[in-house]
Amino acid sequence: MSARTARAGTGRRRALLTGVVTLLVAMPFVWMVSLAFKPKTEVFSYPPKLLPDQPTLDNFAYVWNSTNIPGAMANSLVVATLTVAGNCIAATAAGYALARIDFRGSRLLFTTVLGSAMVPSIVQLIPLFLIVKGFPLAGGNDLFGQGGSGLLDSHAGLVLPMLVQPLNIYLARQYFLDMPGELAEAGRLDGAGELRIFWQIYLPLARPIVATIAILSFTGAWEDFLWPLVAVSSPEMQTLPLALSSFAGSGVTQYGPLMAGTFIAIVPVLVIFVAGQRHFVQGLGAGGVKG
Amino acid sequence: MVTETRPPGTSSGPEPVTARRPSRSPLRSAQRRAGWILVLPAALALSLVTIVPIGYGFYLSLTSYNPVERGGPRFHGLDGYLAVLQSGEFWHAIWITVQYASGTLILAVPAALALALLVNGRFPGVALFRAVLYLPRVVPLVAVSMIWLWLYSHDGLFNYLLDLVGLPPVDFLTDEDTALPSLIAMRAWKALGGSMIIFLAGLQAVPASLLEAAAVDGCGRWRTLRHVILPLLVPITTYVVVVDLIYLAQSFSEIYVLTSGGPLSSTTVLNMLIYNEAFEHYRLGNASAMAFLLFCLIFGLAYLSIRSMARGGRR
Repeated sequence: MSARTARAGTGRRRALLTGVVTLLVAMPFVWMVSLAFKPKTEVFSYPPKLLPDQPTLDNFAYVWNSTNIPGAMANSLVVATLTVAGNCIAATAAGYALARIDFRGSRLLFTTVLGSAMVPSIVQLIPLFLIVKGFPLAGGNDLFGQGGSGLLDSHAGLVLPMLVQPLNIYLARQYFLDMPGELAEAGRLDGAGELRIFWQIYLPLARPIVATIAILSFTGAWEDFLWPLVAVSSPEMQTLPLALSSFAGSGVTQYGPLMAGTFIAIVPVLVIFVAGQRHFVQGLGAGGVKG
Repeated sequence: MVTETRPPGTSSGPEPVTARRPSRSPLRSAQRRAGWILVLPAALALSLVTIVPIGYGFYLSLTSYNPVERGGPRFHGLDGYLAVLQSGEFWHAIWITVQYASGTLILAVPAALALALLVNGRFPGVALFRAVLYLPRVVPLVAVSMIWLWLYSHDGLFNYLLDLVGLPPVDFLTDEDTALPSLIAMRAWKALGGSMIIFLAGLQAVPASLLEAAAVDGCGRWRTLRHVILPLLVPITTYVVVVDLIYLAQSFSEIYVLTSGGPLSSTTVLNMLIYNEAFEHYRLGNASAMAFLLFCLIFGLAYLSIRSMARGGRR
């Protein structure tokens, strides 16, 4: 009895200690929320106060009415959604084929996928810029990719480099490898074609990995910065990170609206994180390798 | 091989009889076709945005190419690499990159391990604490940078704290001496959660029998940690360090957003230099050569990480 209460006591003490440490680590987020809801007059008040005296939504209204952040948010949503679709469909299908179908060239393909996952993105950046700029018959280009700006400054150009990511193919392949081959044999016995075996037997069982791929591609597209920086020239096509950074860099930084915009940028990731926590952790080991 | 396992004469349906005759080739070719159909979209996309660019980039690295001046890339072999290797700018950027990556790791890895030890247990609220500690990892780096822009600003939290203890204000991001350490501190904070979760997984894989044996032998907490737990965590620590190193060697967005590589290029990491070279000065050939040199550096690190992972798996 006394031993148990003693243990409960140390448990509570440890919870308290961990709580304090967690709060310290989370401090930047707490201040972000505080500033986002502070009226203009309080943002620069000294000493800075954690709780606003008069909480207000003015900063959000300002972001909504007077910045390109809402449009950037729409752009980011379009880009992230297309990226998720591309990876969930094409990367999953390719991962399945590389794991479960024995066809000529599959070895070489897999090695190529693995190898290209290791190449840092900066190596591809410049050629990619030239390729996207010279995309035939787009953005005023002729058949030979001359004369216009190609897919630069367009949703298609923003999505293209992220549409199918080697890492996701790899994740899908590893998952399908661990699934039993008897399922395919049973399908073949019942006269199902190879594509149907994938679509109706394996894919429904692979939902966890599809969810992981969806989460990884969404968060990746949502936070991507370097490619949009290079590929976008007009304010209307900016993605959220670009819009935030150019808002911060224009004149005297208005921290209230900036924190409101940052808050808005974090919310979707937060929702996904809470909804799909276990998939997050699942994809983590491999996600860390991403360059 | 699949056809052989199927008992002959099991075909019951009327029409697919011919298709399912136990000859190898039809099924094999159907499989091959399906394999290619499933792989094709990904293969096309990957070759367009990865394979071709790598080859194209390597070609560019052997040329001098300035798209502003008319007349396409001019081939000059390894001259570009030699020029890069002889430039002080390049080595300066390498040095900044090394400081940035190692500084971040030195701060983040022990702290992440400490956090993992802290939340490795069952007590009220532990799931919530883990989730919140992991949070910085999932938040976009640019969003994190915006928050720290305020923390480091003249009227921000850190200058307030300095004022509280009677110290003069510091221009964290605009002073040559403090800009890099400030970026490192922010990046370490961002890296804490991810490493913590990996360490936590490692801690939970420590066999309970070992801990009991240590307790029976009269090991105190500290000695158990020092002589039982930490040695078991060596492979996972190697993994965390090497993977983070690969990632940190490619840092760009937070630096572009907070300091643009300044003041006086005191925060110009290699990726920043390459970006400037390519998209400010339009020296695409030189920039490509630098990118490939970074690639070599990172490839070496990736090789190490795979080896350490293999060793971790064998354990």
